[in-house]
Amino acid sequence: MEYDSGAWSPYLVGALIGMLSMATFYFSNQPLGVSTSYARIAGLIGKLVSKGHTESLKFFQETKPQIDWGVMLMMGIFLGAFLAAYTGHEITAQWIPPLWEERFGPNPALRLGVAFIGGMVMAFGARLAGGCTSGHGISGALQLSVGSWIALMCFFAGGAVTANLMFGI
Amino acid sequence: MNSITLTTHEPLSPVAFPTPQNKPNNEENGSKEQAQGKENGSKQLMLGLVFGVIFGFLLQKGGVAKYDVLLGALFLTDFTVMKIMLTAIAVGMIGIFSMHALGFVQLHVKPTRYAANIIGGLIFGAGFALLGYCPGTGAAALGQGNYDAVAGVFGLIAGSYVYAEMSGYLDSTILKWGTRGKIMLPDLLGARLSRFIVSFIPLLGLVLFGIEKYFP
Repeated sequence: MEYDSGAWSPYLVGALIGMLSMATFYFSNQPLGVSTSYARIAGLIGKLVSKGHTESLKFFQETKPQIDWGVMLMMGIFLGAFLAAYTGHEITAQWIPPLWEERFGPNPALRLGVAFIGGMVMAFGARLAGGCTSGHGISGALQLSVGSWIALMCFFAGGAVTANLMFGI
Repeated sequence: MNSITLTTHEPLSPVAFPTPQNKPNNEENGSKEQAQGKENGSKQLMLGLVFGVIFGFLLQKGGVAKYDVLLGALFLTDFTVMKIMLTAIAVGMIGIFSMHALGFVQLHVKPTRYAANIIGGLIFGAGFALLGYCPGTGAAALGQGNYDAVAGVFGLIAGSYVYAEMSGYLDSTILKWGTRGKIMLPDLLGARLSRFIVSFIPLLGLVLFGIEKYFP
């Protein structure tokens, strides 16, 4: 059977991610979640630039800037995706996604600028909401957390409106 | 004399340390302390990396490290993301609540803050559409050679710092509005957890079946 989007069935991948969640709970007492790792790295960089100021911020007193389990998880995601793409001959090596180029043209500066702003906005939203697509969307939702289901629906609602505005106008 | 007393005591030494054998008996405290103590131990860092490699491998194989697939989820033209997420939620829900009932794992239910969940969620969504990757799939996208994700990674780091700058203010405003603690969906309905899960899983199955039927 052929799948348009990925090499493996989305149901197989989903089931394996569900089992991976079980493993991280059992072996590491941790739910899958990625966005906090970017915040820890931000804190580590901030400490290099201005240690006193970074440590004075309330957020970094609660979320210590350090290389922890989650930061290693994030680095692993990068490595794992590379391994999967390399062995499956799916390395794209591209700066501009086809769908973007179709709509906004081949200017890399525009794509990278919007991607940077998008990353900033998304990180701010993730911190305010308390998690991202994996922390709320998978780990929180599978534990039936009310806030996670609300956040997950808002991720898609905010995303659908913005995407339609970007590509509709 | 000294050497003799030492050697005679040596075989007895395991008896003098009964603590490691007692540890599994007081599960709750033991596992909590262990987990917290080990969080940044080299073994847990290695485990984090290994779990990450598996997660990234699966995200790439599922096709969700691609801009076009993730944007397709927002345009409701590609349902790969929904299929993966709902299946992961269903399998993980059965597995983790079962393991919890058997005393093998602790739950990590996220606290509900209505205002922050809604406002933060909508802002996240807007950023998600602009970037085209989420924090996890962004790392995976970069691994797959979608170089535009690198700008997103820098943006995520910068945005996290901006949030930290405002965290004092946000903690005393938006994050306080509608704070409900670690409530779960069955609490809203006044239902028992086990009964809720037994009816929720078929519902997820039905949604997946519908997606597969109408949007294959």
